[in-house]
Amino acid sequence: MNDMSLLERRVDTKDTKISARKVQVFYGDTHAIKDVDVDIQDKTVTAFIGPSGCGKSTFLRCLNRMNDTIDICRVTGDIMLDGEDIYDRRVDPVQLRAKVGMVFQKPNPFPKSIYDNVAYGPKIHGLAKNKAELDEIVEKALRRGAIWNEVKDRLHAPGTGLSGGQQQRLCIARAIATEPEVLLMDEPCSALDPIATAQVEELIDELRQSYSVVIVTHSMQQAARVSQKTAFFHLGNLVEYDDTSTIFTNPSDPRTESYITGRIG
Amino acid sequence: MTDASMGATPAAKGSLTTEDARTKKRNAAEKRFQMYGIAAIGAGLFFLLVLLVSILSSGLGAFQQTFIEVPVYLDPAKLDKNGNRDPAEMAKVSTFGYGPLIEQAIFAQVEANGIATPLDSSKDMKALISASAAAQVRDVVLANPDLVGETVSFRMLAASRVDGYLKGRVQREDVARDKNIDAEHLDLTDAFVDAGIVAKQFNIDFVIGADASESRPEQAGLGVSMLGSLFMMIVVLVLALPIGVAASIYLEEFAPQNRWTDLIEVNISNLAAVPSIVFGILGLAVFIQFAHLPQSAPLVGGLVLTLMTLPTIIISTRASLKAVPPSIRDAALGLGASRTQSVFHHVLPLAMPGILTGTIIGLAQALGETAPLLLIGMVGYIATNYPDGLASGFMDPNSAMPAQIYEWAKRADPAYYERAWGGIIILLLFLMTMNIIAIILRRRFERRW
Repeated sequence: MNDMSLLERRVDTKDTKISARKVQVFYGDTHAIKDVDVDIQDKTVTAFIGPSGCGKSTFLRCLNRMNDTIDICRVTGDIMLDGEDIYDRRVDPVQLRAKVGMVFQKPNPFPKSIYDNVAYGPKIHGLAKNKAELDEIVEKALRRGAIWNEVKDRLHAPGTGLSGGQQQRLCIARAIATEPEVLLMDEPCSALDPIATAQVEELIDELRQSYSVVIVTHSMQQAARVSQKTAFFHLGNLVEYDDTSTIFTNPSDPRTESYITGRIG
Repeated sequence: MTDASMGATPAAKGSLTTEDARTKKRNAAEKRFQMYGIAAIGAGLFFLLVLLVSILSSGLGAFQQTFIEVPVYLDPAKLDKNGNRDPAEMAKVSTFGYGPLIEQAIFAQVEANGIATPLDSSKDMKALISASAAAQVRDVVLANPDLVGETVSFRMLAASRVDGYLKGRVQREDVARDKNIDAEHLDLTDAFVDAGIVAKQFNIDFVIGADASESRPEQAGLGVSMLGSLFMMIVVLVLALPIGVAASIYLEEFAPQNRWTDLIEVNISNLAAVPSIVFGILGLAVFIQFAHLPQSAPLVGGLVLTLMTLPTIIISTRASLKAVPPSIRDAALGLGASRTQSVFHHVLPLAMPGILTGTIIGLAQALGETAPLLLIGMVGYIATNYPDGLASGFMDPNSAMPAQIYEWAKRADPAYYERAWGGIIILLLFLMTMNIIAIILRRRFERRW
């Protein structure tokens, strides 16, 4: 993928999967996210870019309520997933997270076997009726995670024994084994070498067929390579949100331009 | 950096092969610090060695006891006057009836071995034999009435003075002031040792036997108080482990961070430092005076030690829960696991080695604790023997190993001093075993991942 293809890539109008309105996030007294409005489309890769500490990861973690685990974190505003408010009183975050999966910055496989890592989600959500079905789900997830060929002979070896890139793909396989509708990725390649990064990026591009993928990244090249939509965050504000090609070739906000040309950040 | 400084050449540093003054000073400081460390370790090892040598040299003697082995004629005229071998009737003959038989049996050995001694009656033999011998023979006879009329060989405990003489504790010059034994008895003992009638042997009853009265140190054993300790440890394990782990999990994983949890946290840390005697008086007030549980019962001791051990277990469990990387929790939550699932499926198994180590160290601490037991009456001469069954084990008066050792060390007879040291050896063996179990468990659980 080179820069040329950015222009050619057509962005079809698709259904909105997640829509956020006037989202504010506070950590104690710190106002971390200010008035963010964004519509994330289905079957699209959306990239969040911005300098460190701009709130892109915080916003990402709002989308599956992972911020709930932080006591001092407070979220206001509306985030709708398929038209349902995910911060509604009646929403159980556990059910939400089954729909909105997450891959973290550092590969974090459970210290269990590769098989158990992938099978854990389907098991707790009761997706498999028996061992054969579970085997099938695990194999399918590992195949889609593009790691099946490397681990099929050692499914019962510990997941922590894999290389960093393999571990991250295992974590992606683990996340998609629960059949989420949205996949959130928080700098999934920051701990990986260029080859592993390329493999994961290729994988993200394939995942777009079936999921809405939201990826936080520090690398503008990566955002340009994998995403169709890009959101630029700065100091807790959503500065600009547009087609990736527009952001990188013809940004409308001077801050965006400064950032992508390397003058801030 | 200004342009001017760019032009200046740095001062020459001197040869690399010679140390300059600064380096010398730094190296000397480092060497000095290492010497301090080595000296500290050396001092520690020296004291440990002194401790071990003194414990072993003073205590190993307790595992050996002097026995007298003689054939005893079980005279039917004394033991079964009616001649019908009815155990109920024979039980009427008390140990006073058996004493003379044993004394006669020993006196018979004086003549049989041709020993010259000024002691000329069988009554003089009483000083040689433990008061427990008569009871021992009586128990055997009542269990097998058919033995009456026969001559049976018995291995009986020698009196503690005789035992002390063979172990070097009782010297000839002490005997002059001793009403229990005379120099002639010591001569006779020497002769009996030569004849093979009196000998030191391994005494299993020291490990498994019951405590004895103040005047029979030769008979005293640690076994019953060991059971007391065991029952207390069962109570502690059954109560402290689940309560401690549940409290830690709640505080660490679920509780909101606010002033109340901070307050609880501070108090738990303080409780760990509260002197154990305070827990003793608390147990006395709450369990005995208020709840009317029986005094001296291992159940109460276990409850008090549970209170004392809980902070230790909570602190170590929280530390090991904290040590589990947050990324594991994130991973589980991100997959849609509930908090409980993330804790029980992922965090707890990873924290297990730390929890088990903390628990076993807490138990070991409780096993060696004496002070709180003094206040709830688990110290002193416990007249009961082995508990029969579980209920009696928990509810009947008993002692505990360290309390028993304390009690022995307190008694006047120097023979008990040796037993106190011997008890300490057994207690240390238990503590070592528990620590080794802790290490093994930690290794095993860590290796699984």
